[in-house]
Formats: sequence, structure tokens, C-alpha cells
Amino acid sequence: MIQTWQSDQSHSTAAEPVISARQLNHYFGSGELRKQALFDINLDIYAGEIIIMTGPSGSGKTTLLTLMGGLRSAQEGSLKILGQELHDASKQQLTQLRCNIGYIFQAHNLLTFLTAKQNVRMSLELHEEMFDRDIDGMSVAMLNAVGLQQRVDYYADSLSGGQKQRVAIARALVSQPKIVLADEPTAALDKKSGRDAVEIMQKLAKEQGCTILLVTHDNRILDIADRIVYMEDGRLADNPETTIAD
Amino acid sequence: MFRNLFRKTPLAWFQLKREKNRLAVALAGIAFADILMFFQLGLLDALFESVVKPYTSLQGDLFLINPLFESLNVVRSFPRKQLYQAAGAKEVESINYLYVGQGEWRNAQTRTNQPTMVFAINPHNSAITLSDVQAHQNELKLLNRMLYDRAGAEHFFGNVVQELQQSGSVPIQFNNFQVEVVGTFVMGASFAANGNVITSHSTFLRLFPTRKPNEIDIGVIQLKPGTDVKQVQAAMQSELKSVLILTHEEFMAHEKKYWEATSPIGILFGFGAVIGFIVGTIIVYQILYSDVSDHLPEYATLKAMGYSDGYLVGVLIQEALIMAVLGFIPGFVISIGLYSVAAAATFLPIGMTISRALLVLTLTIVMCAASGGIAMRKLQSADPADIF
Ligand SMILES: Nc1ncnc2c1ncn2[C@@H]1O[C@H](COP(=O)(O)OP(=O)(O)OP(=O)(O)O)[C@@H](O)[C@H]1O
Ligand SMILES: [Mg+2]
Repeated sequence: MIQTWQSDQSHSTAAEPVISARQLNHYFGSGELRKQALFDINLDIYAGEIIIMTGPSGSGKTTLLTLMGGLRSAQEGSLKILGQELHDASKQQLTQLRCNIGYIFQAHNLLTFLTAKQNVRMSLELHEEMFDRDIDGMSVAMLNAVGLQQRVDYYADSLSGGQKQRVAIARALVSQPKIVLADEPTAALDKKSGRDAVEIMQKLAKEQGCTILLVTHDNRILDIADRIVYMEDGRLADNPETTIAD
Repeated sequence: MFRNLFRKTPLAWFQLKREKNRLAVALAGIAFADILMFFQLGLLDALFESVVKPYTSLQGDLFLINPLFESLNVVRSFPRKQLYQAAGAKEVESINYLYVGQGEWRNAQTRTNQPTMVFAINPHNSAITLSDVQAHQNELKLLNRMLYDRAGAEHFFGNVVQELQQSGSVPIQFNNFQVEVVGTFVMGASFAANGNVITSHSTFLRLFPTRKPNEIDIGVIQLKPGTDVKQVQAAMQSELKSVLILTHEEFMAHEKKYWEATSPIGILFGFGAVIGFIVGTIIVYQILYSDVSDHLPEYATLKAMGYSDGYLVGVLIQEALIMAVLGFIPGFVISIGLYSVAAAATFLPIGMTISRALLVLTLTIVMCAASGGIAMRKLQSADPADIF
């Protein structure tokens, strides 16, 4: 733990991390069945970083991601996202926080009764101030950026897997969130579309200066990361930081 | 905040629109429930309307009855001199009176007796102002003549109308007396009796030998134009303590009250309407529930993106309201059609009223909102943490 902390120190001393976990523990179930899923997690992630988290199945990656995204309440330890402490945060505060985070799931989870453009719009409509801007134009521009200009008015369920995932990326990034959390976004895609999807994410994130935390088993995409963290049995591994030379 | 309301993606509408078959089933179900409610409530209203049908053709400002007169079914007479006494007031323009009784019409074809209301008028000056009655008024001056309400069912009374057209008059047995039907009018069936006939005072007294000429059933008073009816009524009532003096409206309400209190039809038809309501609720609930279950991961995604529970509840309520209104429209139109069919078939005064339309629309909205409320519980199970 101290090791992680210290190595983070070297990263940036002035800027505050956008994600900061301290002695974070998490448990599932209660009583006899209570089982600890996360042990003593310490992690700092800074603005603009692309972090890939890997590790064996069941090691707790998704659990950590849902905690950071405010989708679960933090139980023990401290977890600060965008300067806000999530331990003891109210349901309302969590909902509020979620507006500022983009999510990309393994299953694309698009609204099937909406078109690609409308799906992207839904993300913008969360922000009242967006209504003074050209929401449709922004949505279409974002779909252009992910290479879907031909599919703007297609219903989500008439798109291919790779196209859906690109709509999901557009939806996550269109409102320029500070943080994007992605859980195995390429798992349901073939090699080529998977690679395309993460490259789009990388490019857009670098343009917008947003932070990406990406969970994956896919070794072929590790090279897009600024930093790789490794999770095993609910702990971040002792020597988690393997900086990939860019 | 409200400024942006209409610029937001209408999620509820898109969701309904996308599944056209499901929407069609839902709307058919709601329309069906509405038709059921319309029909039951319409019939109920019509039945209550029908019992006062005879009253609507009575022309008069004030009506005198025995306080024990409960309805046309339970008539009590009062001395005619009371009416003459009332006529002494200077505001009175004219007076008139009716005998009312329940007689037995003998159907020659089926050899059965039909309970029939008999209204006896003064053939020189009819208190019943239907144009058909006034047209035949002179013929009633002869003894043993009557007019037949052609709204009566043929299987009860025989084919009177056709015979009348062929021969000009139809002989029938009434209360075991031979009489001639010389014309027809339309008043309408009610539950008081299967049909109605109109005859003269003198014929009435022959058909009902136990009735005395100076014991009348309904006294009718016409006041001079411009008189304050309520004021005269009060003055008269304080003079004549042994009769009940009612305005035309009060007289009708008096009859309705009797039927509301004594007959189970209110409960019966009310029950039918409740069934319609329940059927509708179940159908809408089914639709909303399957909508929510089918889209649970998507709702969870919306929550993950930062949409609040309140927003999703709002979507569900909007869906319910859209369905309510869209289902109501065909239900309303079809009901109007059914009303006219039913009115032609039964001669009951059944028709659409604005107040009933508003009532059913309100019930439909309540029905849909209630279903939405139950389906909402399913929405709670959309956990954004489960979708990663
Ligand atoms: N909702 C839950 N209730 C109980 N236990 C859970 C729940 N979610 C996860 N777990 C447990 O917590 C541990 C970590 O699960 P998690 O889903 O975080 O693993 P993961 O690293 O994402 O695995 P994978 O790579 O297979 O997605 C596992 O042992 C799992 O069984
Ligand atoms: Mg996982």
C-alpha cells in the first residue's frame, strides 16, 4: 500500500488525482455469507491518464469499477472521485456524480427503441445547460467521430455488435465526462472492431483530456495504456505499475 | 427547467411506438374496458332517465301529488278540490290533472296480460304535450279509445303498429274491457311497466271502476308568465298542507330518488363498470410490466448514466397516460356507435353525455396510473451495479 502511494507521488505532486482510493475494502453478503471482495485498495489516477486494469476472473475488477462509478456505495475506507468522498455519500449525490462519468459496458446496453442519435442525445440531456446548444448536431458530430455517419438514424438493434459498441462509446464521450469507466468493452467484438473501438476511445479521450479506466483481458490492447494495474484476489498486486513506453 | 421539457427525447412515446403490436393490444384492451364502463354507466343513466320519461312530456310549472305518491309505480290519489283550492291563487293561469294507473293489456296473440301504465288526460286540453298525442286528442273524446306507446316491445303487446296502419284502429282487451287503439305516440319503456297507453279521464274511470272521479293523481298548475315559481310554490305549500307541491325538476328528482332507493340496478350496473375498470387495470399493468422487464438492463443503464429514479418513474407514468388517452379515443367513438344501436333497439334514452365522457376518461387515467404504480415496483429492481 505504501509502495503504491509512493510511486504515485512521483507522478504529479501538484494536481489532485481525479480518482483516489485509500484502504478501500468491500464486502458482499452479510452474516455467515459475508465475503470480502476487495482488500485494502490504494490507487490514485490523474487527469488524462489511460489506465488498464487486468487480472484473473473473479479478482474484483468489476467491483472496483462499480464503486468508482458510484454504482455501489463504498463501505469501508475512503474513495474520492472528482474531489467528492463516496464513503457515506447519499443516493442523490451518487446519481449526481454519475452524470459526470461516462460508462462503456461489455454489453452495449443501448436503448433498443431509440436510434443511434437519440441514444447519444440521452447522455447530453442529463445536463440542463446542453439544451442551449445544438444537441442533435453534437450527437451527430460524435457519431461521425466514431465513424458512424451513415448510421445516425438506425435503431440500435439494427446495428452490428461493433457499431453498437461505437454508439456506446459516442454516448459515453459526447458530454465530455472527466472520467470514462469501461468494463471489457471489446469482449463481445472481433479483433478488428475491438481494436478500432479502443483506438477511437483513446483518440477522443486524449482530445478531451479525460481519464479512462479500462478493464480488459485482451492483451492486444494493452499498448494504448499509460499505466497498467493488476488485480488479484481482491488486491492490487504488489508491483502493479508497468508503464508502457509510448 | 420546464423550458426544456419539450426538447427532451420523449422516451415514453418512443418506447410505446417501437412495439406497435404491443401498443395495439394495450389500446384495444383499454378501449374495451372503456366501452364496458361506458355501456354500463350509460345504461344506468338511461334507466334512470327512462323512469322520468313520462314527466318530460308533462307541461306545467307546479305539480300537486299526495305525499305518499312515491313513484308512477306507487301512486296515491288526493282530493281534486285541493287542486281547485290552489287554482284560487292569482298567479295561476290554468290547471289540469291526470289519473295514473297500472292496467293489464291483453295480448291477443300470446293470450298474456302485460302490465301497462295508463295516463288519463283531459281530451279537451291534454297535460301531455307530445305532438302525437295532441294530434289524436279529438279521437280520445269518444269513450273507450286509447293511444298506444309504440316503444313497447312487440313480443309483449302484439303487432299493434302494423295492424293500426292497415285498419285505422285495433280492438284490444284492457282490464277486461273492450277498447280501441286509435293512434300511437312514443314515451319509452321503463322498469315501471312494459309499456304505456294514454286515454281520456272518462275512459280511465271505466277501466278502473274502483277509482273515484274526484280523487286525482297528478295536479298540474300553469302559472302566469313571469311569475316567481319558487315563491308561489312556497306560498301554496303553506296553504295546502296535505299535498306535496313540486316544481317540474323536483317532480322528476322525486321519481329518480324512488328508483335509486328501491332497485338494485345502481349496484348491478355499477358493478359492471367496476369490472371494466379492473379488466383495464390488469391489461395496462401487463403491458407496462413487460415493457419494464424487457428493458430492465436499459433502464439500469439510464440509472448508471445519472438519470434518477424519479425520471424513470416519470417515463412510466407518461407511458400510462399516453395509453390512457390513446385507448380512450376509440373506446369513446365505438361507445357512441353502440349507444345509438342500443337506443334504437330498446327505446331507452341512451346516449353520450359530456359528464360521462369526462368520468370515464378520469377513470381511464386513474386506471393507467394505478397500473403504472404497480409496475413501478419492478423498476426498483433495475440496479445499475448489475450491468457491468
Ligand atoms: N453482486 C454480488 N454478490 C455477491 N458476490 C459478488 C457480487 N458481485 C461480485 N461478487 C463476487 O466478488 C468477487 C469479485 O467479482 P468481480 O465481478 O468484481 O470480478 P471480476 O474481476 O470483474 O471478474 P471477471 O473478470 O470475471 O469479470 C467474485 O468472487 C464474485 O463472486
Ligand atoms: Mg468483471
